[in-house]
Amino acid sequence: MTANKSDVRLSVQQLRKVYGVGSRNEVEAVRSLTFDLHAGEFACLVGPSGSGKTTLLKCIAGLLEPTSGEVVLDGRRVAGPAEGMAVVFQEYSRSLFPWLSVEDNVELPLKTSGVPKAERKERVSEALEAVSLSHATKSYPWQLSGGMQQRVAIARAVASNPSVLLMDEPFAAVDAQTRGELEDLVRDVWKRLNMTILFVTHDIDESVYLAERVLVLSSSPTIIQADLHIDLPDVRSQADTRSLHRFGELRHQVYEEVQFAKINPGGERTAAREELRS
Amino acid sequence: MIVLKRIGMWFGLPAILIAIWWATTAQGVNFFVPKPDKMASTFAKVWYSEKFFTDVLPSIGRLSISLLISLVLGVVLGIAIGLSRNLRWLLEPLLEFVRAVPSTILIPVLLLLIGINDTMKVAVIVLGCLWPILLNTVEGVRSLDEVLKNTARVYGLRGFDRIRYLVLPGASPLIMAGIRHSLAVGLILLVVSEMFASTDGIGYSIINFQNRVAIPEMWSGIVLLGIIGVLLSVAFQAIQKRVLGWYYGLKEASNDG
Repeated sequence: MTANKSDVRLSVQQLRKVYGVGSRNEVEAVRSLTFDLHAGEFACLVGPSGSGKTTLLKCIAGLLEPTSGEVVLDGRRVAGPAEGMAVVFQEYSRSLFPWLSVEDNVELPLKTSGVPKAERKERVSEALEAVSLSHATKSYPWQLSGGMQQRVAIARAVASNPSVLLMDEPFAAVDAQTRGELEDLVRDVWKRLNMTILFVTHDIDESVYLAERVLVLSSSPTIIQADLHIDLPDVRSQADTRSLHRFGELRHQVYEEVQFAKINPGGERTAAREELRS
Repeated sequence: MIVLKRIGMWFGLPAILIAIWWATTAQGVNFFVPKPDKMASTFAKVWYSEKFFTDVLPSIGRLSISLLISLVLGVVLGIAIGLSRNLRWLLEPLLEFVRAVPSTILIPVLLLLIGINDTMKVAVIVLGCLWPILLNTVEGVRSLDEVLKNTARVYGLRGFDRIRYLVLPGASPLIMAGIRHSLAVGLILLVVSEMFASTDGIGYSIINFQNRVAIPEMWSGIVLLGIIGVLLSVAFQAIQKRVLGWYYGLKEASNDG
């Protein structure tokens, strides 16, 4: 993949977030974060718990204002929730509107942004088909299982046709089997619709299985500790990919980074590690 | 079968009570307690007449208009206050004070200010019915789910769209609870406002019958109020079932899971 400047979708530049600036309980959650996400890329952000993953994602989504630094989406600086950014939250049951049916949930963002009705209907049914929920359009979210609810949330995000899709530990609250299905579904949707995805997770296996690129975060105050390319075959399956020798190697590599991240707040000991390695 | 059972449950206890009433008044000793049959015929005679138009309809009209005003004012102000922290800080102490003053005690004041007319009665009822709706709306808006609010922000729900698709439905369970409370308060205040200074209405009629020692007629007015209360409650529950269908489903689903 050639990474030239023109196909950068999302650019995060020296992002810093400090809570309670000026007060006695000042907490530096994110120290300095810089990375670019290119069109069509599927990247995972992985880090130990308490590594400021959610803070970071909220800053990128425009839900939190960074203390300094900037987030640029399609060449425009993000200030507040930006058009072209869709988010799938971990808490699927609280993220869907319980008073709207499945199709109304998916349609709502299109409706309020003024997409004509005929086009709306088409995009909604396409998105629901992409997540294999065409049979449940009239149901309410709470009538569905957790995995299906998260699929509705994914369909809603996909239907809005985002430049970048952000996913905040979307499968942390579903059971293992459903999780495998949803992982394949996300990869399928990503490939089929040529999307750009930034996926936050604490699960190392998940990050290696899903992404083409894994960014390992240090513990808080957060920096990017490692940026790894995942050179697994493009077509992946739960059974085969996970038993590849290369999968094990990459998993091991990410695991080591994450272990190191736990004792590496703010990247202060990165230099020490380089010595350790050589 | 289920329908029959429900009808039986509905009317069973009232039927038993009427039977007891019948049995205990059969001798007809107490002047102030009429017999059920006399009661029924008086009820028909009194209210199935032009009194329906001159007294019942004006009362129902006052109640309806007052409830409508309370609903609109309560929800609009409640959403504004619920959404704005500054407005809450500014108004909350004042609201608590005004709410604590029973609106019936304002009747003499309103009589002086507004006079003996429908506006005065509507004002009394609104001053009582507004608070349950207003305060519940504020609470409903404040307790909107954080994740849902973030979702709405991410997908660009702003201004009127945000209120229509997020705030109003999200607050609707508490708003409905407020309305239910207001219905009960409204009926009480209707009667009280008509008892004080009025020339028509159900409350006025009851007091008038009492003054004329028309005991069965007086009782028939009380029964009429009870029936209106039941009808209001039935209508409210039907509306609530429609508006909050999702809410009961959601609650049931989360109890199961």
